[in-house]
Amino acid sequence: MMGGYLSRVTWLHRLPAGLKLFTVAGMSIALLPIQDWRILALCLAVVVGVYGALGRDAVRRLSLLKPLVPLLAIIGGLQGLSSRWDEGASVVLRLLVMVLVADLVTMTTTMSALMEAVEPLFRLLGPLGVNSRKIALSVALVLRFIPVLLANWHAREEAWRTRSRRRVPLRIVVLFLIETLRLADHVADALDARGYGRAGRQPKGSR
Amino acid sequence: MGSRAITRISLLAAMIAVLGLLPTFHLPLAGGVPITAQTLGVMLAGIVLGPRQGALSVMLLLLVVALGAPLLAGGRGGLGVFFAPSTGFLLGWIPGAFVTGVVMQRLTKVPVFAAALAAAAAGGIVVVYGCGIVGLMIVAHMGALQAMLATSVFLPGDLVKVIASAFLARGAEQAYPAALGYRS
Repeated sequence: MMGGYLSRVTWLHRLPAGLKLFTVAGMSIALLPIQDWRILALCLAVVVGVYGALGRDAVRRLSLLKPLVPLLAIIGGLQGLSSRWDEGASVVLRLLVMVLVADLVTMTTTMSALMEAVEPLFRLLGPLGVNSRKIALSVALVLRFIPVLLANWHAREEAWRTRSRRRVPLRIVVLFLIETLRLADHVADALDARGYGRAGRQPKGSR
Repeated sequence: MGSRAITRISLLAAMIAVLGLLPTFHLPLAGGVPITAQTLGVMLAGIVLGPRQGALSVMLLLLVVALGAPLLAGGRGGLGVFFAPSTGFLLGWIPGAFVTGVVMQRLTKVPVFAAALAAAAAGGIVVVYGCGIVGLMIVAHMGALQAMLATSVFLPGDLVKVIASAFLARGAEQAYPAALGYRS
């Protein structure tokens, strides 16, 4: 549920990212028709076992599921009341297994490895206008500019607080939005000035 | 797609993330009730960028989340969120931003405030909740009525965000007319 790469390298880190993604996708399909809660409980035990095998820091990540507990209780309870308790149990167990398995991938795979693993998929969609190079640039831009925007927001918030004891008004968000758009246009100019967009082609002579 | 489109899509995606990261964000209309502003960002993406780029911006954010960045409200992220019961809402952001943009584009003769109000309500509430409810029915095997009741808890907060997004759209248009450039 929570993002967070496990920095200590484990055996699961060494498996190829593509294989791990494929396993998650395969499991989500394979688990769908299983209605017997005992089989699903066994799956959950195996997955928790994998967390255990990874080490204590991995097991500690299980506590990050806490925000999901009330929702799962409601889902299981409703299902149990309206039909049978074991159906409620299998729905909750299946959800838990899938969330935990998917998080195993996030814990043991770097962003760049995942990006590389899905890139062939983007290239497959090339004829539809998907450009994997542009996607990679966009992902990098998002990651690079989150701290910039965050700092920007805090600067505005601070400027307001030094002048007023009232709550930060919505007007500040307007300025934040405009600033973000202006910044985007500046970054676009900067990219163009550095020849981005022409980079993929062969340089034609000297300019 | 030119660099300008790419940077706008990317920075709006970053802004949605930042709005979710702000711990408690007090909207004046909510009477001080702390609500996360992340879905406000989704509505704004559609309002500011239009249907295509708005939807791409949300898709980009979800891609970065899937790659492992904890960018959803409350610091959630990673592949697991796409298997949780609330995944319908998350994926619903994409058509949600798209429909917001479509409505915004259609209502060019209407003042920005009213257009944004209608657009955010259609995309940010009707479409997102529709997807969220269908998601709960599929993932959590809930009945339609149960799913609707369960999601109605979030409705007041999201209605506040619809009104906030309309204020923001009007403010942005007044201060930086190029902000909503695609409407003209």
